[in-house]
Amino acid sequence: MDAVDSRVTRGAGGTLHAQIRKARSAAKHAAFVLDVSCDLPTGITILFGPSGAGKSTVLDCIAGLVRPDAGRIAIGDEVVFDADARIDLAPQHRHVAYVFQSLALFPHLTVEQNVTYGLAHLAAAEQKARSARILEGFRVDRLATRRPAELSGGEQQRVALARSLVTEPRVLLLDEPLSGLDAELKSAIVDDLRAWNAAKNIPILYVTHSRDEVDALGERVIALDRGSVVSEGTPQSVLNAPRRKRLAQAAGFENLLSGTVVDLRESDGVMRVRLEKTELEVPLGYARVGDRVRVAIRAGDILLAMEKPRGLSARNLLEGKMVSLEERGPIVAARVDCGDVFQVQITRGAARELSLAPGGKVWVVVKTHSCHLVEE
Amino acid sequence: MEAMWLSIKLAGCVAAILLALGMPLAYWLAYTKWRWKFLLEVVVALPLVLPPTVLGFYALVAMGSRGPLGAVWTALFGHSLAFTFSGLVLASVLYSLPFAVQPLIASFESVDGKLLAASAVLGAGKWRTFWRVILPLSLPGVLTAVVLSFAHTMGEFGVVLMVGGNLAGATRTVSIEIYDHVQSLEYGAANRLALALLAISFCVLALVYGVNRRVRRRTWMPWTAE
Repeated sequence: MDAVDSRVTRGAGGTLHAQIRKARSAAKHAAFVLDVSCDLPTGITILFGPSGAGKSTVLDCIAGLVRPDAGRIAIGDEVVFDADARIDLAPQHRHVAYVFQSLALFPHLTVEQNVTYGLAHLAAAEQKARSARILEGFRVDRLATRRPAELSGGEQQRVALARSLVTEPRVLLLDEPLSGLDAELKSAIVDDLRAWNAAKNIPILYVTHSRDEVDALGERVIALDRGSVVSEGTPQSVLNAPRRKRLAQAAGFENLLSGTVVDLRESDGVMRVRLEKTELEVPLGYARVGDRVRVAIRAGDILLAMEKPRGLSARNLLEGKMVSLEERGPIVAARVDCGDVFQVQITRGAARELSLAPGGKVWVVVKTHSCHLVEE
Repeated sequence: MEAMWLSIKLAGCVAAILLALGMPLAYWLAYTKWRWKFLLEVVVALPLVLPPTVLGFYALVAMGSRGPLGAVWTALFGHSLAFTFSGLVLASVLYSLPFAVQPLIASFESVDGKLLAASAVLGAGKWRTFWRVILPLSLPGVLTAVVLSFAHTMGEFGVVLMVGGNLAGATRTVSIEIYDHVQSLEYGAANRLALALLAISFCVLALVYGVNRRVRRRTWMPWTAE
């Protein structure tokens, strides 16, 4: 028990410093060198990026499951990895908690046995007491004698969090732990996590590829792409303004349109951008009226309609003329001139059914949140 | 009946030794990243393809008073290893090695790596991870290993004949006795023993299949190996 308490005092308020270099082989994804340097204060930081960007590898390096080629990782004052000084603490000595995407609950143990697994250094009574307390904190105390297979997805996620946090870790790593839950359940669990961390105050690194989660959780966001940090800041700034054009293009934005902000509607969280001839409603970004901005839209995010749609939630309806149609495998790439030219991708089946032909009249439909702001 | 008892005793000893020996060996083979480990895997698998006479022959040579093993044994215990029960156990352990080690490797390897990572992150060392996570999740494989090495030893003939000879009470197992009966045209006696062996083998395999069906996990069997 003493060991744990001293660990807590040492860890409290400690920040996480991670500087990681690791060459990744081309076995599964594209080969690139993961090169990340970050300092995490206490509280939730989101590590955001497309799948295969190297997010999980960062967590694995911090936890000690994967050994970086070079770099230094320190939690508070303690160095847990330093390639130059040949320091490499085994995962069991790092006091880092890690909730995997698969949760990795031990299937042969009960919920209580799962939770006390990391408390082997404590007396049995103390183990039970702590387990009961944390299970209550995450509202799963009545499940103590069940096995993981008998729990719902949300319950399993709560138990996995409880099992990790009961060890009083110095850092919490979460690898898309709430994927597959509906938004309501997700925010309930996140609220419990926030409540827990209000008392413990440790750095939490939360990996996700979902923009919605970034919006819902984020205080700080680090955007990762192909192994490098491409953007860092608030969810607003990171999501709406990828700093590098490369990120927007790599993520598949076929439409990059320049325009001027003409109206800010902050209460609606949107603003209007005037392109050459047309106007789009886009999510609110850090911009003022008159600012030049670029709007990025994926060709696959645009809908086509033969008549003006009615009763639709999408805010951008533009009338235009079909310029060209080109079959690319199962996809048909269309260019539509609405004053500004939009690249649109639809399936062959859809193209057939709408009997689209060059020169014909079509309506272009774009959701507000399919429009992404890119800095000039 | 003496032969039946001897066979059971032999198979029991071999299964127990292989369980103790096979677990660390299988653990190492399942988790090491050593580049030459496949050579050791080959050695472990050899008894599957070698004729028992070949294995028995080399075992006999090694155990003879001029062989390396035999010389040490004789110096330690004052009698030769060949044609004794101990010699028989030793040769049978070698012969049944793959039947214990392969199912253990297969079940250790089938434990989700994320569980091992979770165990480490929760502060458990390798030893604790083995006892609390790997072993409990590998129990069907452990059962298969014990039962297969027991059954395989019960039924062996060539190795016993080469190493043990045919000494009543010491090395004359059921399979040897059946052979003896047939040689002397005592078909009735041979049939009784053969039937008993058949029944034991059936029950033992039924146990393995029954348990593995209950846990719904694929377990290594010699005939499912690639």
